[in-house]
Amino acid sequence: MIRDITLGQYYPEYSIIHKLDPRLKLVVTLLYIASLFLIEDFYGYIIVAASIGGVLAASRVPLRFVVRGLKPIMLIIIFTFALNIFMTRGEVIWEYGWLHVTWEGLRMAFFMALRLILLIIGSSLLTLTTKPMKLTDGIESLLAPAKRLGLPTHELAMMMTIALRFIPTLLEETDKIMKAQQARGADFETGSIFRRAKALVPILIPLFVGAFRIAQDLAMAMEARCYRGGEGRTKLNALRMKRRDLAAAFACAGYLAGIIAERVLV
Amino acid sequence: MSGPPAADTGAVRAGCDRQDVNFKGQPYIEVRDLVFEYRRGSDTDGEPDVVMRAVDGVSLDVPRGSFTAIIGRNGSGKSTLAKNVNALFLPTSGSVTVDGMDTRDDAFVWEIRRRVGMVFQNPDNQLVSAVVEDDVAFGPENLGVAPDEIRERVRAALIAVDMTEQRKMAPHLLSGGQKQRVAIAGVVAMRPDAIIFDEPTAMLDPEGRREVMDVIGRLRADGVTIVLITHFMDETVDADRVVIMDRGRIVLDGTPAEVFRRADEIESLGLRLPFAVELASRLRRRGIDVPAGLLTPEAVAGWLRGSAA
Ligand SMILES: Nc1ncnc2c1ncn2[C@@H]1O[C@H](COP(=O)(O)OP(=O)(O)OP(=O)(O)O)[C@@H](O)[C@H]1O
Ligand SMILES: [Mg+2]
Repeated sequence: MIRDITLGQYYPEYSIIHKLDPRLKLVVTLLYIASLFLIEDFYGYIIVAASIGGVLAASRVPLRFVVRGLKPIMLIIIFTFALNIFMTRGEVIWEYGWLHVTWEGLRMAFFMALRLILLIIGSSLLTLTTKPMKLTDGIESLLAPAKRLGLPTHELAMMMTIALRFIPTLLEETDKIMKAQQARGADFETGSIFRRAKALVPILIPLFVGAFRIAQDLAMAMEARCYRGGEGRTKLNALRMKRRDLAAAFACAGYLAGIIAERVLV
Repeated sequence: MSGPPAADTGAVRAGCDRQDVNFKGQPYIEVRDLVFEYRRGSDTDGEPDVVMRAVDGVSLDVPRGSFTAIIGRNGSGKSTLAKNVNALFLPTSGSVTVDGMDTRDDAFVWEIRRRVGMVFQNPDNQLVSAVVEDDVAFGPENLGVAPDEIRERVRAALIAVDMTEQRKMAPHLLSGGQKQRVAIAGVVAMRPDAIIFDEPTAMLDPEGRREVMDVIGRLRADGVTIVLITHFMDETVDADRVVIMDRGRIVLDGTPAEVFRRADEIESLGLRLPFAVELASRLRRRGIDVPAGLLTPEAVAGWLRGSAA
């Protein structure tokens, strides 16, 4: 059913990784992604893979959920892999017509694919272990300094919150409208792309009208509950760094030190 | 609409003095000769093209701690009146004061909205957050209440509407009645003196309707001033006062017993009677002399039992 959809891909669990401060997780994820571009050799990849494997185990998110996150970009991975294999100059180890595979190409393709896979695993771990609401809070809090530069951080966060709240409602609405149109003989499944796109118009119009209605009602309801922007607002779940966040920050620092040391020393 | 906002609209002010007997002191909400017009059209020449007078000279006092029911057919101006009470709309002319604070005074707007909460008709369109608990916290957060205090208020509000178990759930997974209870909790968490319910049960099934009415009953018992706008006559029978609106004016105003005695007038306004009143009048037509003023099926049944004995 359409109402069972989950947004993002949060995997509910009570692990230490789930409990970490979303701001910390965001920063660590960014540092982790940056670190992927620092490593160049096999040992570096071992450090990264071992670390992310450790985090994955600690998060208690089943591996298949992480692998599922890889599926949509499998095509991109395969494409870059092929591109790197055939397009890199160097010592030729196999040749067929204008196609040639080099030792350097093989190495490059392998590392690039690995890098992409590790990148996806790392960022899906963030969304798998952090509720969208928490992520929103984290982003708002991290962007807070940008408020002084005129970036409407509170408004952006509020928009994300409302989107998270209403996407399921609008999907339900879409479902209802589609069923109503189908009951009147509308056909969304056959015909040319053009025909099918045209069949969507009678869905989109009531949907937009409905969305505007909701927006109007909601704005009124928010005002009635004294909403007046981010100024002077408090938070039920104010983000607060705990001891475990400090520990995680140290672990992350250790990881980065390891990566850099490997790069310099080996 | 036309016609001057005459001071005397010919409304039957049956229960006027009664308030002074039951509820002492200054009324909590005072509406004086309120006129509200929706204006649509060109802003360029300053003159609106369309003027729709939705509230046309309404005066109404709501005493602290009372339960007022407002009924009237579609488009009679009930919602517009309600939105004027907590400064969502400002009077075109006339005035509205809440505990002595005029809604037109900018300094009071937020205090008025805190004190007079509002629950709307559509359960889907008034919840802000994807988590029940966070939604209930929305109001207190806007007021700048300290986090620990918010937590306590959210806890208490969820208990008050009996939704503690669902506090971590997403609103779209709840039933209509449950969503509406969450909306009520969101208002309760702001610690209001009064709550205006604008057809809170209109989109609910009978089960959800009962849940919501139970909650309203409990709030009333706790001393919250209640204004209930509804299309269901049976929800009004144990109000302290029933106000009937038509075309932006108050046409009947009094205790339920007083108002529902005027069965013909009510029916000529295109409204139905409460079930028990309808029942009693049919019995009367069949020669059973049921006294007027029995408003619940239980009361009618009780009288029948008594007269049979
Ligand atoms: N935003 C608006 N713009 C213009 N006219 C409006 C607007 N909202 C309401 N009206 C008109 O004002 C009148 C009173 O509307 P209001 O919503 O107050 O009635 P109501 O008694 O609450 O009706 P219902 O029982 O349908 O909720 C109606 O004639 C309506 O068409
Ligand atoms: Mg209305």
